[in-house]
Amino acid sequence: MTDVTPADAPVPMRDADRSTAWRGTAAVLRRVGLDGRSLVIAIPFVWLFVFFLIPFLVVAKLSLSEPAIAIPPYLPIWEWDGLRLILNLNFENFAYLWSDALYVNAYVFSIRVAFVSALFALLIGYPMAYFIARSPEPRRTLLLTLVILPFWTSFLLRVYAWQGFLRSNGVINNFLIWTGIIDTPLVMLQTNFAVYLGIVYTYLPFMILPLYANLVKLEESLLEASSDLGGRPLATFFHVTLPLSTPGIIAGFMLVFIPAIGEFVIPELLGGPDTLMIGRVLWHEFFSNRDWPVASAVAIAMLVVLVVPIMILRAAQAKAEAD
Amino acid sequence: MNQTVSVASTKPWIAGDAPPFVRIHKVSKKFGDFTAVDDVSLDIYKGELFCLLGGSGCGKSTLLRMLAGFETPTDGRIEIDGQDMAGIPPYGRPTNMMFQSYALFPHMTVENNVAYGLRRDGMGRAEAMERVSEMLRMVQLGGFAGRKPHQLSGGQRQRVALARSLIKRPKLLLLDEPLGALDKKLREETQFELIKIQESLGVTFIVVTHDQEEAMTLSTRIGVMNAGEIVQVGEPNEIYEHPSNRFVADFIGSVNMFEGRVTEDEPEYIKIDSAEAGGEIYVGHGVTCTLNQKLWYAVRPEKLRLSRERPAAASNAFPVYVEDVAYMGNSSIFQLKLPTGRYIRAAKPNLSRYDEDGITWHEDVWVSWDDTAGVVLTL
Repeated sequence: MTDVTPADAPVPMRDADRSTAWRGTAAVLRRVGLDGRSLVIAIPFVWLFVFFLIPFLVVAKLSLSEPAIAIPPYLPIWEWDGLRLILNLNFENFAYLWSDALYVNAYVFSIRVAFVSALFALLIGYPMAYFIARSPEPRRTLLLTLVILPFWTSFLLRVYAWQGFLRSNGVINNFLIWTGIIDTPLVMLQTNFAVYLGIVYTYLPFMILPLYANLVKLEESLLEASSDLGGRPLATFFHVTLPLSTPGIIAGFMLVFIPAIGEFVIPELLGGPDTLMIGRVLWHEFFSNRDWPVASAVAIAMLVVLVVPIMILRAAQAKAEAD
Repeated sequence: MNQTVSVASTKPWIAGDAPPFVRIHKVSKKFGDFTAVDDVSLDIYKGELFCLLGGSGCGKSTLLRMLAGFETPTDGRIEIDGQDMAGIPPYGRPTNMMFQSYALFPHMTVENNVAYGLRRDGMGRAEAMERVSEMLRMVQLGGFAGRKPHQLSGGQRQRVALARSLIKRPKLLLLDEPLGALDKKLREETQFELIKIQESLGVTFIVVTHDQEEAMTLSTRIGVMNAGEIVQVGEPNEIYEHPSNRFVADFIGSVNMFEGRVTEDEPEYIKIDSAEAGGEIYVGHGVTCTLNQKLWYAVRPEKLRLSRERPAAASNAFPVYVEDVAYMGNSSIFQLKLPTGRYIRAAKPNLSRYDEDGITWHEDVWVSWDDTAGVVLTL
């Protein structure tokens, strides 16, 4: 072709120049303590800082401010009058959470719903995960795909679809009346039962996947060894399979339990007016009451409630790794 | 001392009056189209240490797993101690197995691993632990009761697996490549330990191995398997010195094999004309064969002698050229070329540390062997 370089084309940087430039930058970064490795680690740190820590601090600040009829609907927590800084930290919101039984009840109820749902998800998910893990290869991939398949539809749509199943003239009642088992429709929608059902249904894949990942690693020879040494199938399950799948059980349980505590959509769409879950309370505090400080205090308190099980999980995982 | 009685008590397979302890009768196992075990019949007697020997995929492990109850035979019967094993799950069988990968429970201590079998049978913890510590002492792991399997070395894990499989005092112990994961030195030591334990407990052992040395060292008898079939059953020296076919002769040890035709068939000797050897081979005993029949003559490298002059008395002697010498320490292997172009091997023990006048590379010498050194194979 041609070796004439157009005058306006950027002069290609020679390798030596480029490497010098890079080395210079690297040297500067190193001086502030950032080598290649810490740079890689820094990315998730920056992400968490911007999208988790800063919003969290904003909410924390809000929870300590005083509500006001204004835009935004709260007073600032500090003032600078030109000479002194006046801090105005208001802990009333937290005291209020404690004094009004509504909030404590909502927390207790949320934890109960999340716990029971996680338990049911475990009871349903464990056999499924076990079966998938023990399936031969082409079928295993198919079954795993089926577990993930619901995620291809909007979560909201799926919860709405349950309304169609559960309402008085819904699919289930119509079927039961048609077969003659019942003659008046069962009340299922807007009950706590519907909430449990919705949560277990929605979060089941989060139980199955970590359990599957654990159970698929379980060596067949260990089960054979147990059987060979006189362990009947049930004994083999309780002495070998179950203990070895504890990390999967803990992970799956937490993946269902933690998001279920703060669940808003499911209790809103499937639950009754008395289904007081904390996510719902928070929503109403924020959007209906426009009490941002109390809503923030609810959120902070929820975080504290969640930190405890997360720490238990971490401790259990650390112990499992140490063994 | 009555000779026949002692033979019968140590070699019940010869006497034939004792009932076999394990009877495998026309057993086949198919996985889809693939026949893993093909019509195998085998009798194993009480107190034997029987080795199933074969290459990978020959069906030896499948046969063992059928004895343990992990696989169900497609055809045939398995009897252990006179009892038909059909439909009896692994946990109902009087057998225990030592797994190739040891299959130790990673979440349990050594002690609990070994106690597992006793506890599943409902034995109380205190009694079980007493038995366990006794067993751990026997396999020299007294101080390791509280460790987890991953805190042990390969050799220690192997012994835990052995202890666990012996704790229930099974009538029949099945061992799947028990020494496969150990290094050579440890393997040799453990082989003798295994024999000692087997003899002192009187348990019948069936060992699956691909390692012929291991099979030779351990076993009372060896069953050589190929492509799902048992090709020969016999005592180690029988398998080595009297292979019944070319597969066994070739699989066990190393061998020089010549194809040829019978030119003289007398009751006292036969002569085989082999184009491969480039001459006639004289066999000093009668063989059931017909004149001009095609057969094979197999002779082991250590049965061959090398000399610079043609040995006058030798019944079989051929001129060869030394292509290569491999020094193995205890012996040297000579790679020899016959005038026909065929390569053969001879092994010579290194009896002296200095052998300056020894036969070496690029010499024209004579190879010779006795008329009883080789075997005639018709299969």
